[in-house]
Amino acid sequence: MLVIKDLKVSIEGKDILKGINLEVNKGEVHAIMGPNGSGKSTLAQVLAGREEYEVTGGEVLFEGKDLLELSTEDRACEGLFLAFQYPIEIPGVSNTNLLKNSLNSIRKYRGEEELDAMEFLTLIKKKMAMVEMPQDLLSRSVNEGFSGGEKKKNEIFQMAVIDPKLAILDETDSGLDIDALRTVAKGVNKIKSEENAIVLVTHYQRLLNYIVPDFVHVLYQGKIIKSGDKTLAHELEERGYDWVIEEYNAKKS
Amino acid sequence: MDDKTVKQWFGDSFIRFEKSLNGESTSPLHLVRKKGFEKFSMLEFPTHRNEEWKYTSVKPLLNYRFDPNSGIVDISKEDIEKYLYDESIYSTLVFVNGKYYEKLSDLSKLEGKLEIMPLVKAIKSGKDEAINFALEILDKDADIFSSLNTAFMMDGTYIKVNDDAVVDSPIQIIYVTSADKETVTNPRNVFIVGKHASVKLIETYAGLNETPYFTNTFTIVKVDEYGSIEHTKVQDETRNSFHISTLEVNQKRGSHYAGYNVNFGGSLVRNNLNIHLNGKETETTLNGLALSKGTQHIDNHTLINHLEPHCNSHQLYKSILDDSSRIVFNGKIFVKQDAQKTNAFQENKNIILSDSALVNAKPQLEIFADDVKCTHGATVGQLDKDALFYLKSRGFSHKEALATLIYAFASDAVHSIQLPLVRDKLEVILSEKLLTPALS
Repeated sequence: MLVIKDLKVSIEGKDILKGINLEVNKGEVHAIMGPNGSGKSTLAQVLAGREEYEVTGGEVLFEGKDLLELSTEDRACEGLFLAFQYPIEIPGVSNTNLLKNSLNSIRKYRGEEELDAMEFLTLIKKKMAMVEMPQDLLSRSVNEGFSGGEKKKNEIFQMAVIDPKLAILDETDSGLDIDALRTVAKGVNKIKSEENAIVLVTHYQRLLNYIVPDFVHVLYQGKIIKSGDKTLAHELEERGYDWVIEEYNAKKS
Repeated sequence: MDDKTVKQWFGDSFIRFEKSLNGESTSPLHLVRKKGFEKFSMLEFPTHRNEEWKYTSVKPLLNYRFDPNSGIVDISKEDIEKYLYDESIYSTLVFVNGKYYEKLSDLSKLEGKLEIMPLVKAIKSGKDEAINFALEILDKDADIFSSLNTAFMMDGTYIKVNDDAVVDSPIQIIYVTSADKETVTNPRNVFIVGKHASVKLIETYAGLNETPYFTNTFTIVKVDEYGSIEHTKVQDETRNSFHISTLEVNQKRGSHYAGYNVNFGGSLVRNNLNIHLNGKETETTLNGLALSKGTQHIDNHTLINHLEPHCNSHQLYKSILDDSSRIVFNGKIFVKQDAQKTNAFQENKNIILSDSALVNAKPQLEIFADDVKCTHGATVGQLDKDALFYLKSRGFSHKEALATLIYAFASDAVHSIQLPLVRDKLEVILSEKLLTPALS
């Protein structure tokens, strides 16, 4: 579904990603871990199409299409979804409005009929129950005045409604207490299927107790320096990142 | 053209105008016009040296020979369809080139609660208020444009809502210019709201073809004790046109005036809005929304004159500027010595979408009472890039994302309009305007 080949990215002349290789197939859950400043969020943002970053090399294929050639909105319409680390507050735009526009833009792109008000409402209600989204958040402005937990829940709710092929969850666990973390994880697990794929970008292992990854990758200084299965995450939690970095440096020299 | 040539042109036009009046030249109405013309002749067109016109030059306007004597032309309903609201609810008055156009007007839903008629008819049938107000304004501080309006006063809307009447049908007044030569129209409106009465009005100004024209309008509103009026003005003139307006509102005790001044069109626009609070415990909302593109210049000068105690005024002016357009907001608040316990609020927020647009924001507070609450603020900013990216990452096209954010920014200036159809239409026009590139 997603193939990243030797992806190099810089911002303001500074190299952040220095040759990323990654393949994600449908039905898979990948976790990308790593210490602060390793380039995890950059990877998430670049895949979603953030313009401030400059791609200096490599390629990204999404369902066989050149992802880097597509605009942010076309990527979304092709089925890519980014759950933001810091969801943006948009005063004056209601959650309902955002979702309706979003769904219909995507449907239009795919040559499908737009949903009428009734169909939209039915869908929304179903998805709200699915991710345990409180009703009152729906009519409020997007993320405005939401608590940290509510913002993250709202991202997962949007993901449930949009139903993407590939979802990238950027530090969705950060700032969540254990109850909110469980709700969010439960929602993600319900959305997860054999037809879609999920990339979890996270600093800590704790989210991975609830959403079990098939693959774990360690990102360090803009490169994936180690990959493994879910046991790698446990090892990182116990021993920290230093030993992986040492191992990598030893191999390099 | 220089001042003298322009005034000569209007002088000649006035003579032609009088000739066309055919025996009416000694009527009371025409005597008022003559007074207006005298005043016009004595005044000069403003320049940058005039503090009130520091940021706005009328020079482009003086380059044309705008004819006040253009005749009426036939228009069809399709021509104005996009400005109309639901006809089963709304009452409509249509004016073409400054003259009442009965064919497309419908006042049948208004019987019994108010008097409504074209101004000229009102004056001819002895509605003295209409004339007295004109004289009152002339004697005081009529400027050159309102004097010009008086001199060529031809038509406009006269509304007098009876005491205690609640008018259910919103009244829409549409002024369109459709001429193949350069034309000036001078619409004059008189709106009188009786005691405990209430009414909702929408004025729309538009042009139907590309010939440059000039709308020079003057509106007088009197709200009697505990009366209430919602007054929305939508200025959607063509990009070649000029629009200058003066609004004089007089509020009596306990009355409520809610004004919404929406500006989308025109190459050069100047609105003077003067609200006089002549009674205790009045409520005033004076909001504005403007979108400017290309080389448009939109200037709003507001004055809220607090003369009596316990009055609240609330102003929110929002604008969005693109290309090399310019917007001026000058907001005066006077609080006179007797106006204790005044509560006056003014906010002006602007969003600039390009590097070469310019905002001049000038709050001006003069307070002579000591127990008052007055706040004001002005901001100029840009659209939030993160919010744009966020919406696009959810599938919004760039334009949709832009329109959504801009509407979200703008909407609180108009969200308190009580007519949902009007709010909806403003949203539609706003996104249409945003999505079409400016004519340069």
